[in-house]
Amino acid sequence: MTHFTAVVLFALFASTVFGITQRETPRQMIRYGIYCFVLFVGSAILLSWVMYFIAR
Amino acid sequence: MRYSQKSMATEENKNNGASSGAKPGAQPATQEGFVFLPLIAGWLVPGAGHFLLRKWGRGSLLAASVLGMFVTGLLMQGKVYSSAHDILDILGLIGDLGNGLLFIVSRLANLGADQVQVTTGDWGTRFIVVAGLLNVISAVDAHNLRTGRKS
Repeated sequence: MTHFTAVVLFALFASTVFGITQRETPRQMIRYGIYCFVLFVGSAILLSWVMYFIAR
Repeated sequence: MRYSQKSMATEENKNNGASSGAKPGAQPATQEGFVFLPLIAGWLVPGAGHFLLRKWGRGSLLAASVLGMFVTGLLMQGKVYSSAHDILDILGLIGDLGNGLLFIVSRLANLGADQVQVTTGDWGTRFIVVAGLLNVISAVDAHNLRTGRKS
């Protein structure tokens, strides 16, 4: 399993739980779940590039 | 009225909630029965709290997420905490305990690594801890549904 696969799996599972538990209606749950997923994966990619340039 | 209907949005409950000044959209709190049952069931078995309240879709997704994260952690050779020697071990053990019966069964079956020996094992350990924390969030959500704090 690659680092990125682990990040995506983690983001998928955590976002699902966050979406269902933190919002009231199904529409809001889906929107918040997608929002959390994008933030998880996006921040991981961003921080990875930051660490890449720091290490150079 | 079935147990699961006591806090659901039936016409009777909606009328009661409207007259008691409850939050709009929220279900009225009922004190009949054991209100902590969904909380305890949800902690012991992922999604069971929502299943008790007949929230099949939500319960299935929550169960799949918690189970998926826990099993992924085990497949990555993550460590299941059995004892605590320092503060980090204590925090990890608390997180693992959130998995309820999954934690007990995995301990009894000797699943999970005793020592983290591969890189993915460290991630797997975190996956298992986070699965427990997510399960606690799910159980609390079931309790909120039961008490009418959430619809």
